[in-house]
Amino acid sequence: MSQLVDRRLSGKNRSAVNRQRFLRRFKQQIRKAVTEAVSSRDVSDLNRGEKISIPAKDLTEPIFHHGSGGRRNIVHPGNREFVKGDQADRPDSGSGSGGGGSASEDAEGEDDFVFELSREEFMQYFFQDLALPDMVKKQLAAVPEVTRTRAGFVSQGNPSNLHVVRSMKQAIGRRMAMSSSPREALREAEAALAELETQGLAASEDAEALREEIARLKARIAAVPFIDTWDLRYANRIDQPTPSSQAAMFCLMDVSGSMDENRKNIAKRFFMLLYLFLTKSYERIELVFIRHHTVAKEVEEQDFFASRESGGTVVSSALVLMRDIIRERYPTANWNIYAAQASDGDNWENDSPRCRELLMQDILPLTQYFAYVEIEAEQPQSLWREYTQVKAASRRFAMQRLLTLEDIYPVFRQLFQKKVA
Amino acid sequence: MESSTPQLASRQPLSEGSEWTFELLDRYDHEIGLAAAHFGLDTYPRQIEVITSEQMIDAYASVGMPVGYHHWSYGKGFLSTQKSYQRGQMGLAYEIVINSSPCIAYLMEENTMTMQALVIAHAAYGHNSFFKGNYLFRTWTDAEGILDYLVFARNFIAECEQRHGEEAVEAMLDSCHALMNYGVDRYKRPAKLSMAKEQLRRIEREDYLQSQVNDLWRTLPTRQAGGQDRQTSRFPAEPQENLLYFIEKNAPRLEPWQREVVRITRKIAQYFYPQRQTQVMNEGWATFWHYTLLNHLYDAGKLTDGFMIEFLQSHTNVVFQPPFYSRGYSGINPYALGFSMFQDLRRICEQPTDEDRRWFPELAHSDWRASLDFAMRNFKDESFIAQYLSPKLIRDLKLFAVVDDDTQEKLEISAIHDDAGYQAVRQRLAEQYNLGNREPNIQVYNVDVYGDRTLTLRHYMHERRPLGDSTDEMLRHIARLWGYSVQIESVDQDGVARTVGRCEV
Repeated sequence: MSQLVDRRLSGKNRSAVNRQRFLRRFKQQIRKAVTEAVSSRDVSDLNRGEKISIPAKDLTEPIFHHGSGGRRNIVHPGNREFVKGDQADRPDSGSGSGGGGSASEDAEGEDDFVFELSREEFMQYFFQDLALPDMVKKQLAAVPEVTRTRAGFVSQGNPSNLHVVRSMKQAIGRRMAMSSSPREALREAEAALAELETQGLAASEDAEALREEIARLKARIAAVPFIDTWDLRYANRIDQPTPSSQAAMFCLMDVSGSMDENRKNIAKRFFMLLYLFLTKSYERIELVFIRHHTVAKEVEEQDFFASRESGGTVVSSALVLMRDIIRERYPTANWNIYAAQASDGDNWENDSPRCRELLMQDILPLTQYFAYVEIEAEQPQSLWREYTQVKAASRRFAMQRLLTLEDIYPVFRQLFQKKVA
Repeated sequence: MESSTPQLASRQPLSEGSEWTFELLDRYDHEIGLAAAHFGLDTYPRQIEVITSEQMIDAYASVGMPVGYHHWSYGKGFLSTQKSYQRGQMGLAYEIVINSSPCIAYLMEENTMTMQALVIAHAAYGHNSFFKGNYLFRTWTDAEGILDYLVFARNFIAECEQRHGEEAVEAMLDSCHALMNYGVDRYKRPAKLSMAKEQLRRIEREDYLQSQVNDLWRTLPTRQAGGQDRQTSRFPAEPQENLLYFIEKNAPRLEPWQREVVRITRKIAQYFYPQRQTQVMNEGWATFWHYTLLNHLYDAGKLTDGFMIEFLQSHTNVVFQPPFYSRGYSGINPYALGFSMFQDLRRICEQPTDEDRRWFPELAHSDWRASLDFAMRNFKDESFIAQYLSPKLIRDLKLFAVVDDDTQEKLEISAIHDDAGYQAVRQRLAEQYNLGNREPNIQVYNVDVYGDRTLTLRHYMHERRPLGDSTDEMLRHIARLWGYSVQIESVDQDGVARTVGRCEV
């Protein structure tokens, strides 16, 4: 008779450590794959894992093996027409190698090694370049926040949730219920005793029996415990998603000729990060993409990152369009407005003061936060100077020059601190 | 599910329907055990463990070691096995069985009752009896001690990671894994493994080895006597085939813990060495027995027709041998070859033809159980094929041999399944399973003791076959272990050595 063992519940996730080792060893390749994945994802599409593929040749564990050449004599099954001495052409794939099941070793090399990164792992790699403080990473990667709210009372819980008043009420009820029948019997016995006494039979055997009975009943009533574990009630708390409202996020980007792929990729990270911040606070977020060169246009996300146009740059066109869209579709009574603007700093000289005015007078009063980044700009130009004034005047405005991905986070520092507080 | 009363058990099926329960597993195991006893199978005690598919994938990834140390390659194995499992590409999950005492076989909870019974018969009785009976396993592995040893290895490696950092240990393991196939003694009998002894001896050995190694590199005093001898004599005096052993004992710059890591991978390689030499036999034996045992139960009326259909379908998939011209062809299927050979062996014993009498006079009309048992115990793939591959099976499988010579323009068919070719085909096929031919023959040839300590390896070429493109990477691994430069020479049939790779340190 064999020993039967049920191991299903033990040793779950035993290979987790090995998986971590694997990820660590190939972090270069995985980072590269994640970077590529980010550029092909939507701004709002950050809540899932990713299929990562690594060239299989990077992963092979070498062993000594024979190369092609020399002389081999190999047995194959399934002969159809050959007789001894026949000559045959070499098949294309390799040299007809195939001793005992090891044939696939050489041919396997082509495929990529594909596996899934979980959402958490994906976020880790996404954050890696951004130099986020650890606490921020944790908060962003966490599942949507919940608050603990009261939800009645339960009979089981931990001592810190003990609800005294409820428990005492319960105890009173139980004491009443448990002592009701002896009390009644006691009342009857006392009445009967009083009757006997009035009849002058206080010393009779019956009266003595009644007294004993009364004493017994009193003892029984006294024995009902004042409080019992059964009485205990605990305050119940359940998780409830934080009440949240809706937000509109505006992405503004310069698409003039000087914004190349690399700059757009940085801009995209910037938009994604703002989006992530917002998902922590708002349940519903609408994205509005506005691109501009000399004229501004609202576009779909695909066109937003894909298009590239030549010509000059008039930033105010985008701000005007944003203002109009807010007035038309996002009344500030119902919507929290956030905006992120990315540009390489070029603007038509005379347009910059107008941008400042638009921001100060029309836009900032409507928005919660407006973040501006200048990506790989060579020299601060007129727009930067004007915006510096805006920044001095408004706490809702943040700006930053980006040279690397690590510069993105400081833009949000203020925004984030507000959320923490 | 309907269950039969004990009195009628001999004429009623054990169960109908495909659900399994622990009670049913017990009863099937009991019946299969009776059948195995009826055929005289001798096994280790059995431990059958029910696990989830995730655990099964994990077992696959760690090459069947129930307790493994941590290494990235196992994570990689897990991911790729998981992928093929999720795509439904993975065949039958009944390979995993641990050569230990008690012999551990795994059942996956998702499987049907039929599959569980198949796995019990295949692994817990088939493989198990092979592990216990075959001479290679008896000689080379210690079923009692292996689990303890793996626990020791895992703890030791974890301890090293704490002390020396994960990266350093990983680098060591990478290099050792690369050389695992060259970490076995092919002829010498190893000492038994056991955790307690290992623990006790480890520290002792570390100190001793370190002093030995230092001694090897000791400079002047004893030098006068040698004279010119020193220039011509080599170290080691005879070429050594066990590279990891040589490194463990002689590499000058390894620290004691690194030597122990080399030793651990060497021991594990040695433990798996018999499995690599008996693939065809082992799988063939287990497949033959699950087929025979379950058919025996069916004949006794204990299995339903539905059970048999499901069983035969998966059995047929396992023993299918695609012909060389089909797309799915990737060499000879060891299950198919092994199963056919054992079946054929039984046929030769029971119903020999004139041809069989000529080829296997001693087998014809012998007791098939005794003959199979003898074959299982005393052969490995290479000798098993050389001894028992019959002309009939060569015809059935339509085996033919092809010579691929890079000096010839075309392939040449050297032998086919006809009277003139049987011997040659059998010979060729047996050689094909000789590990010595499949892997390049590489040996430690010399160490430049009085010079820069360069280690010279020699590759003795077989049929002019050169080394593959991984050689440079392999030399880097060896150099990491050796600590000094390493070079490799290929020696052709005429004994002329030519340097084919060098890694400077």
